[in-house]
Amino acid sequence: MSAFIHLAGVRKLYRRGREEFLAVSDVTFDVGEGELVSLVGPSGCGKTTVLKILAGLHPADAGTVRIGSPEHPFDPARDVGMVFQQPLLLKWRRIIDNVLLPAEILGLPMREARERARELLALVGLGGFEAKYPYELSGGMQQRAAIARALVHDPKLILMDEPFGALDALTREKMNLELLRIWRESRKTIVFVTHGIGEAVFLGTRVVVLTAGPARMADNFTVSLPHPRSLDIKTHEDFGAYTRRIYRLLGME
Amino acid sequence: MSGTREAVQRYTIAVLSHLLLVLAWHFFVVLGDVPKIVMPSPWETAKALLVPNYRWIENIAVTAGEIFGGYILAVGSGVVLAMLFSWSRLLEMWLMPLLVSLNMIPKVALGPLIIVWFSYGIGPNILIAFSICFFPIVLTTARGLREVEPDLLDLVRSLHGSRWQIFLKIQLPGALPYIFSGMKVAAVLAVAGAIVGEFLGSDRGLGYLMLQVQVTLDTPAMFMAVILITLIGVVLYGLVLGLERLVLVRDARLG
Repeated sequence: MSAFIHLAGVRKLYRRGREEFLAVSDVTFDVGEGELVSLVGPSGCGKTTVLKILAGLHPADAGTVRIGSPEHPFDPARDVGMVFQQPLLLKWRRIIDNVLLPAEILGLPMREARERARELLALVGLGGFEAKYPYELSGGMQQRAAIARALVHDPKLILMDEPFGALDALTREKMNLELLRIWRESRKTIVFVTHGIGEAVFLGTRVVVLTAGPARMADNFTVSLPHPRSLDIKTHEDFGAYTRRIYRLLGME
Repeated sequence: MSGTREAVQRYTIAVLSHLLLVLAWHFFVVLGDVPKIVMPSPWETAKALLVPNYRWIENIAVTAGEIFGGYILAVGSGVVLAMLFSWSRLLEMWLMPLLVSLNMIPKVALGPLIIVWFSYGIGPNILIAFSICFFPIVLTTARGLREVEPDLLDLVRSLHGSRWQIFLKIQLPGALPYIFSGMKVAAVLAVAGAIVGEFLGSDRGLGYLMLQVQVTLDTPAMFMAVILITLIGVVLYGLVLGLERLVLVRDARLG
């Protein structure tokens, strides 16, 4: 069976005027269908760039980017859901109408999409909040709504760019558990960008480590911690071994 | 609901403060023995409405028509121009600096020219009102249309959304608070523009009437005219506020 995402030797340069700077290089990893892969590294290591390449927003300058397999065909317009650090909800729309935005843009049948949006809001723990406006929700709840929005058009791939980075530590832990549950129930392939090393190990079935200056890929390993995971796992010695491995790569040990 | 009670309380106080001002005016004139020709009492001012020669209704209609006409024209064309700017970067680069310079012209100084070009009357006065409130609308709307989260654009682009969808679903609703704040500024300016037009050359309207009664030193009628002009402005402003309340979610309002 071929991988769902296949990246090989991916490189991206940005040009600003005459200056060029290397955003990513040597990025090579595969993601299997239904995996949750963490992309971890310091600021400036190009994690977001990799995500934008996967989203089809920027082309890679060199290397191979292939998404989809004969078993799981991939439509670049319909099969990507995105979650960012900020919830980016439209403040003039009710929560349910925010969730429906991708369905509107894709021109999906609205009645079914609305039904699905309702189910998704229940899935992310926001049942009963359909008619609220974003300002009536806390930051964590807004981010849950943003996750529901990323799922509403039933994409095969969810790209998350530090989605819990702006939340307080406790909410963040809670959202980590929620995300694992949502991932199990929705069976999506998720690429999760973070600079939280513990978060990367806790969530990922696999971790890809990127380093900055120069931006390149440093490691790519499978996390063999059992699922479903709970917070207890953080005291597991394997968990400690994985995080130490990343700290070492980032030159922090 | 406490929200409604609070609103009622606020409006009651607003009405009371206006009444207090009228009362203070009354006592100032009566107790200070101010001559009517300098400052009439509220009662004498109100009596000016009874002079049939002044044709209040017609003059109110003319002035209100000029104000609303110039205003609606400015809002319509201002918003459209700002939209064109947001679609064409080149157009904005060519026209925006020009608009900023043109905006520095004191529009009042254009009055005599406009009258030379278009003669006097309601049309030229609408034009003056328009020219004075057009710029704030364009500037605020253009600003609002620019304020889009780049990540939100990425989200729509990742779904291969069109330029038009981005505009309709994200840019325009996002710009509405800015458009409304421009409309509020413009409402005040439109009133000033129409009156300046009437001062410079007109044969009808409340501004024209003020010049007429100035000759006969009918101060109460001048006071009345000023009050009526202000009221027209208040009505316009109130309509804009009402529309804003109707269209915008509470959190999306600016200031």
